[in-house]
Amino acid sequence: MTKGQTSTMTGAQMVVQALRDQGVDTVFGYPGGAVLPIYDAIFQQNEIKHVLVRHEQGAVHAAEGYARATGKPGVALVTSGPGATNAVTGLTDALMDSIPIIVLTGQVPTFMIGSDAFQEADTVGITRPCTKHNWLVKETDKLSGVLHEAFHVATSGRPGPVLVDIPKDVQFATGEYTKKTANKSRYQPKLKGDIDAITDLVKAIEKAKRPVFYTGGGVINSGPAASQLLRELVDATGFPITSTLMGLGAYPASGDQWIGMLGMHGLYEANMAMHDCDLMINIGARFDDRITGRLDAFSPRSKKAHIDIDASSINKVIRVDIPILGDVGHVLEDLLKVWKSRGRVTDRENVAKWWKEINTWRKIDCLGFKNSTKTIKPQYALQRLEALTKDMDRYICTEVGQHQMWAAQYLGFEAPNRWMTSGGLGTMGYGFPASIGVQMGHPDALVINVAGEASWLMNMQELGTAMQYRLPVKQFILNNERLGMVRQWQELLHGERYSQSWSEALPDFVKLAEAFGAKGILCSDPADLDDAIMEMIRHPGPVLFDCLVEKHENCFPMIPSGKAHNEMLLGEASTKDAIDADGAVMV
Amino acid sequence: MSPLKIKKGSSSHSAYNLRDPNAEVIERHTLAVVVENEPGVLARVIGLFSGRGYNIESLTVAEIDHKGHSSRITIVTTGTAHIIEQIRAQLGRIIPVHEVHDLTVEGAAVERELGLFKVAGEGEKRVEALRLADIFRANVVDTTLKSFVFEITGTPEKIDAFAELMRPLGLEEVARTGVAALSRGSVSES
Ligand SMILES: Cc1cc2nc3c(=O)[nH]c(=O)nc-3n(C[C@H](O)[C@H](O)[C@H](O)COP(=O)(O)OP(=O)(O)OC[C@H]3O[C@@H](n4cnc5c(N)ncnc54)[C@H](O)[C@@H]3O)c2cc1C
Ligand SMILES: Cc1ncc(C[n+]2csc(CCOP(=O)(O)OP(=O)(O)O)c2C)c(N)n1
Repeated sequence: MTKGQTSTMTGAQMVVQALRDQGVDTVFGYPGGAVLPIYDAIFQQNEIKHVLVRHEQGAVHAAEGYARATGKPGVALVTSGPGATNAVTGLTDALMDSIPIIVLTGQVPTFMIGSDAFQEADTVGITRPCTKHNWLVKETDKLSGVLHEAFHVATSGRPGPVLVDIPKDVQFATGEYTKKTANKSRYQPKLKGDIDAITDLVKAIEKAKRPVFYTGGGVINSGPAASQLLRELVDATGFPITSTLMGLGAYPASGDQWIGMLGMHGLYEANMAMHDCDLMINIGARFDDRITGRLDAFSPRSKKAHIDIDASSINKVIRVDIPILGDVGHVLEDLLKVWKSRGRVTDRENVAKWWKEINTWRKIDCLGFKNSTKTIKPQYALQRLEALTKDMDRYICTEVGQHQMWAAQYLGFEAPNRWMTSGGLGTMGYGFPASIGVQMGHPDALVINVAGEASWLMNMQELGTAMQYRLPVKQFILNNERLGMVRQWQELLHGERYSQSWSEALPDFVKLAEAFGAKGILCSDPADLDDAIMEMIRHPGPVLFDCLVEKHENCFPMIPSGKAHNEMLLGEASTKDAIDADGAVMV
Repeated sequence: MSPLKIKKGSSSHSAYNLRDPNAEVIERHTLAVVVENEPGVLARVIGLFSGRGYNIESLTVAEIDHKGHSSRITIVTTGTAHIIEQIRAQLGRIIPVHEVHDLTVEGAAVERELGLFKVAGEGEKRVEALRLADIFRANVVDTTLKSFVFEITGTPEKIDAFAELMRPLGLEEVARTGVAALSRGSVSES
């Protein structure tokens, strides 16, 4: 080892040093007995900010929000036992959505492991299935190497959460600290795609009569350059593009070729295009069941290409004709090169016909809804929020439920990393702490969490965090006094038996805000909405916006259970006989 | 909106496709997985199989390179071709997994397992057990006046067959190692 690469320090100091070397400026955490040495080391420095959350789940979601909004890994620090178990939901959420985060947990001293010591939990055992990788570090000399490797694993290939469990004696002991550059990891995922497969895709692009780009979270994961290349490819080919919930913003919503989100609550034109296309180009999406619907009816006549960095995503759900293993950015770069060198060919005539067809689907106006002058329709609330904020430096988070789907439908995203939502796990309680993480990463931006009242209550304690750090996050609660998404399913599938799906004994949200020293705004009249939203935006601190909306609104379009893409339910359409008996088992 | 007429308890299919779309021919494959010899690596592999509902027919593990910190896990699994492909890809995602080989598709391979059989009996049965053991080239590794412990090496099928024959002759206990497997020929040849 070269001189100057190592130095002696305690394990706790190593943690802080490694974070510094990795360029970390913010840590979300909560102290406890097993991490006190690390907290002591944090106390004695000023470079890394520590945000004290109110619950460890909040710390992990905040780290996720921070990561998604900044493109840098998020870091959370929690204690052993209950601190670690409280982190499990956030870890699983990050695993499902491929978010790079590093969670550091304290552990009982090595010589007490296995003795049912106070606040002992088998943290690496519990989190093995919900992390990309995890480590229990038993020697201080190995700590810095593991920490650097943890950052490498979390951020390379398909990103994901990692966890490092550090026993208290390892934090106290002194050892050799090794710099980031000193060790080369074995883990080196392949970034460049096979050029023959890429050429096959180019040939398919040249011949396609009814092509569609189906893009996903992988484009966001690949970084802003990938979004740029995607835009170039889409614009140059003139093909239509749709995206999953996780990929919104990679291609701008204002772009001419944007046909909206696809899937269960996606747009009619997007789903029809997927169903009727002859070439589907999947870029960084994983054929989730919210997208495919009934598998044997999924896009039956198309040739399918799939660009993904994770070999297990390819052919997992849908068999594809042109698999390309690699990073979106790298593959798109080569794809563009090959396509250009072969003369930039597309079947313009047929693609123009295809657009005509798509434009007739667009005319259906599937997001149309019956507005009201008496009650605020949730769709209207979001339309107004969009109109009043779209030109601002804006980041949107959501909770989970109907409001999440409406936000995806009615808000437009022009750039990647501006949309933070829990897609794969669907974690109610994600949005509020995530908005705190986003605001930490972008202190001057407008950060809005579009929430349902039930989801918001799941991590409402974080209002204390927002106040303490003066984070002006806007909590835009579409309050229907219902577990709306559950109620919708019960209405459609369970004979209107509304079992436990209403929000009773709700707090007075304005008073709740005030109890924390925040601002509360109540709005129930559509005529007041614009002013109220502007008041929320202008307020320099955290705002709890209680927007009382129509209680029984359903979220459409919707692909009913057990149906194919071209059998979609539309807003005002009759749902009579739309879902057959077998569909009721779906969740 | 009026609710839909839903027949209760129906679950034949849904958007989750409750019918297994991969219900095709079940194949048996032997996978060789070379892993970093670190704590928890076996738990990761086993957890993958249980968590994703894959089958394990047999699993063996031992260190193969002390200096290089690597171990070899040999797994015999069953599933459709599609599931086997997923298993390979999922194993490949585990960070300390260095190599995954599907010996069943990568050409000819030798598979061996070791079994220990305790057989107790007297008179004719005892003689017959010894005679059969001889035919199977099993070794006697322990003996008392009333019992033998046989050691047998071979393919899992051979060991199965031996077990069947020993059962009526006083088979008391069986211990099997599970399969160890290598591809035939030199690595550099292929
Ligand atoms: C109530 C609710 C309703 C929902 N309804 C819908 C809906 O109507 N429509 C919808 O789209 N979603 C919906 N979702 C979300 C859905 O569950 C999935 O989370 C989402 O569809 C998955 O998005 P994705 O396919 O882009 O995959 P992601 O989960 O974002 O996965 C990304 C893929 O890209 C790959 N990848 C990662 N990095 C790279 C890289 N650098 N290069 C190449 N590949 C990479 C990964 O391996 C992975 O396969 C809903 C969720 C909820 C909670
Ligand atoms: C932690 C968690 N528990 C349960 C669910 C199931 N679930 C999905 S949506 C939903 C209702 C959400 O209600 P609300 O936050 O008020 O949003 P709305 O649908 O009314 O917009 C529930 C209970 C979930 N997604 N997450």
